[in-house]
Amino acid sequence: MINTKEVIETNEMIEKENLDVRTITMGISLLDCIDSDLEALKKKIYNKIYESAKDLVQTGDQISREFGIPIVNKRISVTPIALVGGAACKTKEDFAEIAKTLDEVAKKVGVNFIGGYSALVSKGMTQADRLLIESIPLALSQTDVVCSSINVGSTKTGINMDAVRLMGTIIKDTAEATKENDSLGCAKLVVFCNAPDDNPFMAGAFHGVTEADRIINVGVSGPGVVKTALEKVRGENFEILCETIKKTAFKVTRVGQLVAKEASKRLGVPFGIIDLSLAPTPAIGDSVADILHEIGVEHAGAPGTTAALALLNDQVKKGGVMASSYVGGLSGAFIPVSEDQGMINAVEAGALTLEKLEAMTCVCSVGLDMIAIPGDTKDTTIAGIISDEMAIGMINQKTTAVRLIPVIGKGVGETVEFGGLLGYAPIMPVNGFSCDAFVNRGGRIPAPVHSFKN
Amino acid sequence: MNKIIITVVGKDTVGIIAKVCTYLADSGINILDISQTIVSGYFNMMMIASMEGTAKDFNTVADDLEKLGKEIGVVIKCQREEIFDSMHRI
Repeated sequence: MINTKEVIETNEMIEKENLDVRTITMGISLLDCIDSDLEALKKKIYNKIYESAKDLVQTGDQISREFGIPIVNKRISVTPIALVGGAACKTKEDFAEIAKTLDEVAKKVGVNFIGGYSALVSKGMTQADRLLIESIPLALSQTDVVCSSINVGSTKTGINMDAVRLMGTIIKDTAEATKENDSLGCAKLVVFCNAPDDNPFMAGAFHGVTEADRIINVGVSGPGVVKTALEKVRGENFEILCETIKKTAFKVTRVGQLVAKEASKRLGVPFGIIDLSLAPTPAIGDSVADILHEIGVEHAGAPGTTAALALLNDQVKKGGVMASSYVGGLSGAFIPVSEDQGMINAVEAGALTLEKLEAMTCVCSVGLDMIAIPGDTKDTTIAGIISDEMAIGMINQKTTAVRLIPVIGKGVGETVEFGGLLGYAPIMPVNGFSCDAFVNRGGRIPAPVHSFKN
Repeated sequence: MNKIIITVVGKDTVGIIAKVCTYLADSGINILDISQTIVSGYFNMMMIASMEGTAKDFNTVADDLEKLGKEIGVVIKCQREEIFDSMHRI
């Protein structure tokens, strides 16, 4: 039987160390909504999402109540809209209409984000893909909770450099279209290489075409719990350090597994995967950078940081996979800047640069995330940064992503406030040397040799 | 079995256990295990109880106990047992 020590340990994790289930995300396929008439399509999308997710928030809240564990977000991901809207949408304004429908139904069911305003263009773009991408600035400036993601490369296909170049411009245009809100639109727009079909975390969640009609995916978190556990093994060797991270990741993931199973049962929707990510929030103590500090680097970005992060990421996975039979999504340590107080401190102290962050993305779960850059950064420079990050993903057979926010009207030394879970960020300098001739070549970068496994 | 874990944390005072147990008895909730410690003047109690015999639902019991806690001046939390089992048992 459970003893007092175990009960106190669990409740301290929840009350003092910010243990939570970060998100229950319901994936909903919209493939059966496809219609050549835009109005009919919008109606079908609204109805399917409403019927599928109307009890999601309430069910999440009830589970949270019964187990005494906060479930911070309830979210929805849908089939990439470029696929769903292709038959009906002839202009970018048509696509933006669908974004408005998604926004409306998401607010109606009470979720805080809906993802899947997406296109998968790792090898080439259809007309619909291109229109959707071109509609992003309009769509994100007219909606509040819609998130957009574009997959522009993969290990199997190489990198679609036309899409990368286009996204450089689209990110800038989105920043411009939402400049009244410190270019907030860009916080809801992410560019991927090797995007997973079952990621529950925003802004990159979408419901892949290989998925079932509806599915429940859960993202767990717990940087604060890992940090507190590591405080007890200060000065110990790497074996003890790794053991401690593994055990903690196991416990955190088990809670996610329990919540996922329970949500799946109550909603009558199959359980998909647990995403065992260390996802920080701006709350004090809920920071991945603080874990790196506890492992032994003065600030994130100091020499040793990449090795510390590699170790952390790997141990989180090793502990987590034992705790759940179905692990998927992104699963690893997230290193967003604005959403992590320790990362913000590191940038402000001058310890962490964009280049070091890029190196860190080779060994963490995603990529250059929630980084504010000067508003006058050129489109081609943004495309260049994206291509670097995509190359890391392609060659290393991992997911990488870019979520940059060029803050219009602001420069290095200023800060930008996004609010809530998105946090605030100091604007980081970008290498000003040109890559115009590179990104303007057109075409695609071929798949790497290690993709030929057949 | 439908088990809940009740934790009571707060400043020690006369009759905490009595009041909680009275409520549980009146509600038809059977106590399976009980343990308590005092850590630096603070009262820590943990109870494992069965919801099998009660007509009340989880939310009602949790609300009632929270209210009772406020009256006594302690914090009473009520959680389903599975969260602890999941975390601490393979």
